Amino acid sequence: MPITYTSGEQVEVYRFSLPVTIGVPLASLIVQAYVPKYFPGFAKYVDLPLLVTIFFAMARRNPVAGLFTGAIIGLVQDMLGSGEIGIYGIAKTVVGYGASSLGVKLDVENAGARFLVTLAFYLVHSAVYFTVARGLVNSTQPWSWGPGMLAGLVNAFLGVILYFLLDRFKQRT
Amino acid sequence: MESVLGRYRNLIILVGVLFLQVLGLAVQVKTGANEGNDTRLIRIWALGAITPFERALVWVQNSTSNVWHNYFYLRGVRAENRQLKDQIEQMRLEQVRLSEDAAQAHRLQMLLAFKEQFISKTVAAQVIGTSGSDLSRIVTIDKGENAGIRRDMAVMTADGIVGKVLLVSPNLAQVLLISDQSSGVGAILEKSRLQGVLRGTPNGEVVLERVMSDEQVQPGETVQTSGGDQIFPKGLPVGTVTKVGSGKDLFLSIRIKPAANLSRLEEVLVLTEKQDREAVADDHVRVRAADILAQRLPSVPDKPATDATPTGTAQGGSPGAAGAKNAAKPSGTIAGNAVGAVKSASGNTPAKSAAAPGEPGKTSPNTTAAKPVTNASADTKPQTSNSASKMSSKPTDTRDIHKVPSAIPVEGKAADPSPEPATQVKPANPDNPAPAPSNPPPPNQDNSPQ
Repeated sequence: MPITYTSGEQVEVYRFSLPVTIGVPLASLIVQAYVPKYFPGFAKYVDLPLLVTIFFAMARRNPVAGLFTGAIIGLVQDMLGSGEIGIYGIAKTVVGYGASSLGVKLDVENAGARFLVTLAFYLVHSAVYFTVARGLVNSTQPWSWGPGMLAGLVNAFLGVILYFLLDRFKQRT
Repeated sequence: MESVLGRYRNLIILVGVLFLQVLGLAVQVKTGANEGNDTRLIRIWALGAITPFERALVWVQNSTSNVWHNYFYLRGVRAENRQLKDQIEQMRLEQVRLSEDAAQAHRLQMLLAFKEQFISKTVAAQVIGTSGSDLSRIVTIDKGENAGIRRDMAVMTADGIVGKVLLVSPNLAQVLLISDQSSGVGAILEKSRLQGVLRGTPNGEVVLERVMSDEQVQPGETVQTSGGDQIFPKGLPVGTVTKVGSGKDLFLSIRIKPAANLSRLEEVLVLTEKQDREAVADDHVRVRAADILAQRLPSVPDKPATDATPTGTAQGGSPGAAGAKNAAKPSGTIAGNAVGAVKSASGNTPAKSAAAPGEPGKTSPNTTAAKPVTNASADTKPQTSNSASKMSSKPTDTRDIHKVPSAIPVEGKAADPSPEPATQVKPANPDNPAPAPSNPPPPNQDNSPQ
């Protein structure tokens, strides 16, 4: 499996231009809000803002930047919904921190690693979301492994494609 | 100490950010900020950042779709047009039947001094986006406060209810769908008249709660709004029962298939104005379905008045028919036309003049312009007052505002429940073999042979 341990000196750290830093997360939120109008299943199985969070966190390899990226994207996603603001925020903060911390230690530039990492973080995201929703907000969100895993696989597959597209915007530091 | 802070700096920041968000959540849960307006501003900011792009996408999509459908893809339009015309005919007959039922219901309601909510104004809006989350079922529409939309207004389509307005900004509004788990709508089963509360589930299904388990509910039964929530007027279609099972605490769990397609919403209507008013009895005599049908049937063509003049008196027609041949009624409605067509077909009523006998040419705008008397219409069967009363030129009730979705007024226009607006009646064309609509004689001027 092409996941390799890399020392901090060996990994490359990327940065992004301001338009990309703002535009890509914004575009992901717009698409996430617009596409379910025509394809209702999209919202159930795809979480584009999560994929963008993971990508930026892994590319920057900076836990603080990663957690803030996740927090901001998650909070905006919360604001577009009807629930309490902060549930997606917390979940994506954890994912952003985790992905960037992992990016420091692992080489996640190849497709296989990206697929597994995205699948794992999708499940982490779901677990944190449901824990917070049930524990703090007293929501009755059901947890089901089948659709959860299927959504994770769909997101992982889509993430691999998306990451290769977004790689074009990377700038070496 | 500094080395510890430096070493765990990232973790401390993570904990701090998470703590702040948990605190924010706790405050929202504690104060119920989600139900009030505490988070309104921040949500509007987020919507304001996203929706301009969504509007642009909707505009591009609509433009492309319009160009394609209006200029290129016109296959089958002619056949579809024919089909739709047939459908309109069927619906007109159905509407006449239903308006009779509605009139009867209104009369009964008036006897009971029954107050009911009527939809008097709606605003049509386009759905431009969703929440983007499967866990929060809301849609964003492109109209807001500037269009008269306010929080907690009911939203529906022609098929049934959709939800209620949750958040309003000047040019946008968010609609909480009935399938969201935080929604609640008062509903009633149409046949069994059992009332319950309609709720969404986390899976996006709609269930009717609070119906006792010893009640009998059959799948297929339709559900309507009960009006008890003070948001939706009574009687709007909600959906159909698909599954009945046992729920919690002696209540049934009734699964409902919403009448409106909540997953494919394009345009919706926001009920911006309702009226509480007592039912008003309608004294107008309505058109029967048979009359409408008879209008469509072929009849004996009318002959010109000049042919009829010599025989008019002898056959029981009006002596003044000759003078009346040019006197067309200024206006008429489908009611008069329909009955006239029946009479023309049956030929039991001789046409009569608006002018008094012996005063040819003198006409009254309120009386009918008779079709020329012909030999074919020389039946001496007397006209009954009942048939004459059906010739009221007034359309069906135009005062009441229907509450059925198909007659919902849009953009402030009151619904006109009449089957057809008043149409100008032209004098019969003798050259045209088609059944020319004629206007019936008023009951008090019936000069049929006794």
